[in-house]
Amino acid sequence: MSDTPASPPPSPPARNFGRLLLWGGLAALLALVGFGLYRTQAGPVSSGPAPDFTLTTFDGGTIRLGDLKGQVVVVNFWASWCKPCEEEAATLEAGWQKYRDQGVSFLGVDYVDTEPEARAYLERFGITYPNGPDLGTRISQAFRIRGVPETYFVDRQGTLVRVKIGPIEMNELQSILDPLVKP
Amino acid sequence: MTHHRPSTLPRVALILFILGIGLASVIYSPASPARAQEPTPSDDQVNVVAKQLYCPVCENVPLDVCPTQACAQWRQTIREKLTAGWSEQEIKNYFVEQYGARVLAAPPARGLSLLVYLLPPLAFVVGAYIVYRAVRTWRRAARPMASLPPAAEDDYTRRIEDELQRRE
Repeated sequence: MSDTPASPPPSPPARNFGRLLLWGGLAALLALVGFGLYRTQAGPVSSGPAPDFTLTTFDGGTIRLGDLKGQVVVVNFWASWCKPCEEEAATLEAGWQKYRDQGVSFLGVDYVDTEPEARAYLERFGITYPNGPDLGTRISQAFRIRGVPETYFVDRQGTLVRVKIGPIEMNELQSILDPLVKP
Repeated sequence: MTHHRPSTLPRVALILFILGIGLASVIYSPASPARAQEPTPSDDQVNVVAKQLYCPVCENVPLDVCPTQACAQWRQTIREKLTAGWSEQEIKNYFVEQYGARVLAAPPARGLSLLVYLLPPLAFVVGAYIVYRAVRTWRRAARPMASLPPAAEDDYTRRIEDELQRRE
């Protein structure tokens, strides 16, 4: 004689599969939300290989960051509606004039802007280095920028070595570029 | 008896007068200048498109009510495109091309954005099924309690009483 109570009948396989599907779906959804939050909260890309991109300039040309290997590249994100960007506009142009013969390229990426105002801004500050719109905000998303202005420094090997959040001043620009341009 | 025949002259004059007014209204109607020059779209017309867009700089603020300079520039762009005769969809396509699909208030139903459209109805269906199952389980549980047999007819009670009687 056995006093052990009868165990409940096993769940049908279909019900188990349904539960598995439900919990699996919930877990996948949570993972997706978590990944999205991580991406949103993560700061700008600050080390490792610089994200590659192609910039279509306002002049109609195209420049690919990957093609500039062997040069130091300064990537500056700006916008015509951005007041702090105006503070550094003259500095960046002066930096370009100073370092252009030392193997340094400057690229301006115009973030979420309208073309007539962007062109007027470039003319107003006499900016001559290549600039172009961030079409589809793909470049800013690749660098995970949080706002403008932000400036990224890429060494000759294509590695991101420094990020400057906010307007940059000449002495800071020099302190970053001088070691990078040394042979 | 003389029969008075109205003169045809006033009739012709009346017809000419009506035709003249009609012609004048066509020539000098308010629509005439519009044909010569496209009218500038009103703020309301601009906002019909703007409210369907979000500027990435000002998260969660629709373009029609966003107070920043960036958004003002975007609204101006919409105004220019409307003046140039672009349709609402063409303008939205232009903004997506320039700034990405995230500017749209209603994301396109493809890729990961598809989840935005699929998950709410799916969650509703799953929720409704869970409620249905729960209600059915409660009803089943409640039914035997409501129809419990009287104590005297309860088989278990009867057996206990029989056992007690036997022991006496």
